[in-house]
Amino acid sequence: MSEPLLRVEGLKKLYSIGGNALLHAVAGVDLTISRAETVGLVGESGCGKSTLVRLVTRLIDPSEGSIRFEGVEIGDQPARGFGKAAQRAHIQMVFQDASDSLNPRFTAFRAIADPLRRLKGVSGAALRERVEEVARLTGLPGELLGRFPHQLSGGQKARVGIARAIAVEPRLLILDEPTSALDVSVQVVILQLLQDLKDRLGLSYLFVSHDLNVVRLLCDRIFVMYLGRIVESGPAEEVFSAPTHPYTRALLSAVPTPGISSRDRRIPLPGDPRSPINPDPKVCSLYGRCYRSTDRCTETMPPLGDIMPGRQVACHFPILDAAPQPMVAAGE
Amino acid sequence: MTIDRQSVPLLAIEELSIEFRTRSGTVRALDRVGFSLKRGETLALVGESGSGKSVTAMAIMGILDDAAHVTGGNITFGGLDLLCASPRALAEIRGREVAMIFQNPRAALNPIRPIGKQIADVLVRHGNVTGAQAPERAIEMLAKVRIPDPKRRAGSYPFELSGGMCQRVMIAMALACEPAMLIADEPTTGLDITTQATIMDLIAELAAAHSMATLLITHDLGLASEYCDRIAVMHAGQIVETSPTAALFANPRHPYTAKLIAATPGDVSCLADLASIPGGLPDLRRVDLPACRYSARCERSADECLLLPVPRLALAGGAEVVCRHPL
Amino acid sequence: MTEALRHARYVLSENPVTAFAFGLFTFFVLCAILGPALVPYSPTASDTAQALRPPSAAHLFGTDQLGRDIFSRVVVATRLDLGIAVTSVALAFGIGTLSGLCAGYFGGLTDRIIGRIVDTIMAFPLFVLAMGIVAALGNTLANIIYATAIINLPIYARLARTEANVRREAGFVEAARLCGNSEARIVLGQILPNIMPLMMVQVSLTLGYAILNAAGLSFIGLGVRPPTAEWGIMVAEGASNIISGEWWIALFPGLVLMAAVFCFNLMGDGLRDMVDPRKRT
Repeated sequence: MSEPLLRVEGLKKLYSIGGNALLHAVAGVDLTISRAETVGLVGESGCGKSTLVRLVTRLIDPSEGSIRFEGVEIGDQPARGFGKAAQRAHIQMVFQDASDSLNPRFTAFRAIADPLRRLKGVSGAALRERVEEVARLTGLPGELLGRFPHQLSGGQKARVGIARAIAVEPRLLILDEPTSALDVSVQVVILQLLQDLKDRLGLSYLFVSHDLNVVRLLCDRIFVMYLGRIVESGPAEEVFSAPTHPYTRALLSAVPTPGISSRDRRIPLPGDPRSPINPDPKVCSLYGRCYRSTDRCTETMPPLGDIMPGRQVACHFPILDAAPQPMVAAGE
Repeated sequence: MTIDRQSVPLLAIEELSIEFRTRSGTVRALDRVGFSLKRGETLALVGESGSGKSVTAMAIMGILDDAAHVTGGNITFGGLDLLCASPRALAEIRGREVAMIFQNPRAALNPIRPIGKQIADVLVRHGNVTGAQAPERAIEMLAKVRIPDPKRRAGSYPFELSGGMCQRVMIAMALACEPAMLIADEPTTGLDITTQATIMDLIAELAAAHSMATLLITHDLGLASEYCDRIAVMHAGQIVETSPTAALFANPRHPYTAKLIAATPGDVSCLADLASIPGGLPDLRRVDLPACRYSARCERSADECLLLPVPRLALAGGAEVVCRHPL
Repeated sequence: MTEALRHARYVLSENPVTAFAFGLFTFFVLCAILGPALVPYSPTASDTAQALRPPSAAHLFGTDQLGRDIFSRVVVATRLDLGIAVTSVALAFGIGTLSGLCAGYFGGLTDRIIGRIVDTIMAFPLFVLAMGIVAALGNTLANIIYATAIINLPIYARLARTEANVRREAGFVEAARLCGNSEARIVLGQILPNIMPLMMVQVSLTLGYAILNAAGLSFIGLGVRPPTAEWGIMVAEGASNIISGEWWIALFPGLVLMAAVFCFNLMGDGLRDMVDPRKRT
């Protein structure tokens, strides 16, 4: 079994917020991504996915745990100096808000050329050639290269962000909600572009999104994250059609689909998520909102374990029957 | 100033056209927009960015920018002509008869005022509630929108609340005076999916309880499908199709509607099944805009579509399509 | 570069006020460069027989109590005043912006140290501080420039600090890190260009303050010394003559001083428009 492209083990990120209060942004995550695989990461705000993404792209340092890229440990190299590491060009990211991620004073050309200059030392005619090539690949018309971000549409800015990320031939591309700010018709084009690039360039993707319908289309495997931990993982199609973790079920039941009513299938999650500050290590993170919980859920934190080949779940009472749980949304 | 809550329809917009005079030209934001809303009904105004949905909502509320000029049509709400009403009459109706909630709730709340006081403000201004009774009623409203521990929370500031809770506060403020109609402009964009579901469920429940008409403005077809009785699809400032929800998805009559549905990831199984919409929005500053603003992107368009005004075809079940070559 | 020049021309054509300000500035610069060679009289040539003459054909601005031609002195003073202003503003801008950027971007100890230094400077009434520096170190031209630079430094530092602080978490900064930019490159190459429009307005305003400051110091005797021609000193020398009716000695230098400050302020908006890509069509 060859080494996966990315292997994350026991990754934690804790922030000290005064006194001995520690905020567990990422509370122990195991994750692998293989070559030419698209892995989805879903979760809601506060689940830690942004922090996880910043750890994997080495923008911040982990508190504990290991990050191995192509077999080499990169978690112990400090984030400040990672710009000079050999792996910097291999792990790149497309940001959520293309407007925010492009320097308002740089033309599209300069934005795309920046990583080429810094990481590959390309300049002059070779630089121009490569930028134009990458622009072509991402469907960005050449005449737009001289424009500034405020002169570009949402879709065009998204393409510039993608072009910049793939210019240095990364092996792993993290996509942080790349289409959430785009209209649905532009979203289709960008998603199809991403799929096409992946096939052509042999990239692996870590696709972070809250839009489960989009994740389902693009991803081979998905990881569901809640309160700093992975609660379920497995092949995307299987997890979507037969989720085993109550949170995944609740999440899927909340997704509105055109033409289909899901209101009577709604599984409510009453209340607010538990506090990520000094969480009790014995209590399951979903306790208090979960309709299947018992006292056992307060005695031991359920570990992420195999439930079937290729599928993992962190729950004491995973849902194993195939039928979706009909749940009338009772008045809270 | 009261309106007739029993009038049928409660809200009627006919041939509404609005333009904005800007430095770079006149933007013809709305062109002969028309739809109606009955008491207790939920209508979704669906469209992509730049389609004119928010402009329509603001026109109803009377909060358009100074650069906006209504060049035609009328808006009748409960028998009252909103475009001819005096600013004083409009100010009275806003809040009491029609209320609006916005995207990004935290930005719409006053950051330095506790939420209980903000709700009380609305009650005192529009609800014939005295200053002494208002705090108590505010706490009742917070309970109604299911904010836990409402008495304590009434003293919280917006920054202490999550996005979902801020939106609940906005709903509480909007519904405090039991308006006849609620306009919700992208109320759940930016919120988590589970929060979105609970907020929309809450709005639906409260609307049903008070027979309140709801105008939901959204770009999310799934949301429109889930919560609305009827859907009006907008493109570049024109309404292209209005239809009961089930019929719209089962049998879209306008080419744009069909394309929009085909571009929305929903129940499709693979990426190749999605289709994008060719072309882009026309520049609304152009003087020579075609009669049908979708014609440039439409494979069914012909010369008449550019020149002659687009016919409005009434269909079964109260549906309507604005197209010369409907599907 | 030609793109920038083309844009500059566009800005000037769109806004006649800005064009006028730039024209005036060009005129001042020409006076500074060519003035001393073209003036009819030497600025220090005194002719007591001609003292206290009102403006006439021979002496456009009249003569002062030593019979020196005021017109020539005013023109020649342009070089000195402009020189002081530009040099001190360059210093204040350079040091102030850089330290403000570092304080705002890196935060922590850097921010605290720079903050304390800036606070110390701002604790003094600025003109008094300038007076103090010049009085302590001697009123040489260099010291006048240093004093003016020091008292104008905090404004740049504060502005740069705030702007850097706002931008340090921006998406494009993270993207720049992913592209392999070092922190220094991010501060200078990514953030600084973004704050330039704002700083440009400040530069033009500060040019005005700097001239007024130098003139003020000269007015109270702590600036350049006679017989050097400088607008402030000339106003000081002419002030006492106003009562005796010789209004022209103080008026003309004063008017020119006013025109210069006015010109710089007007230029500010124009400069910002030229530097900000968002203003491009």
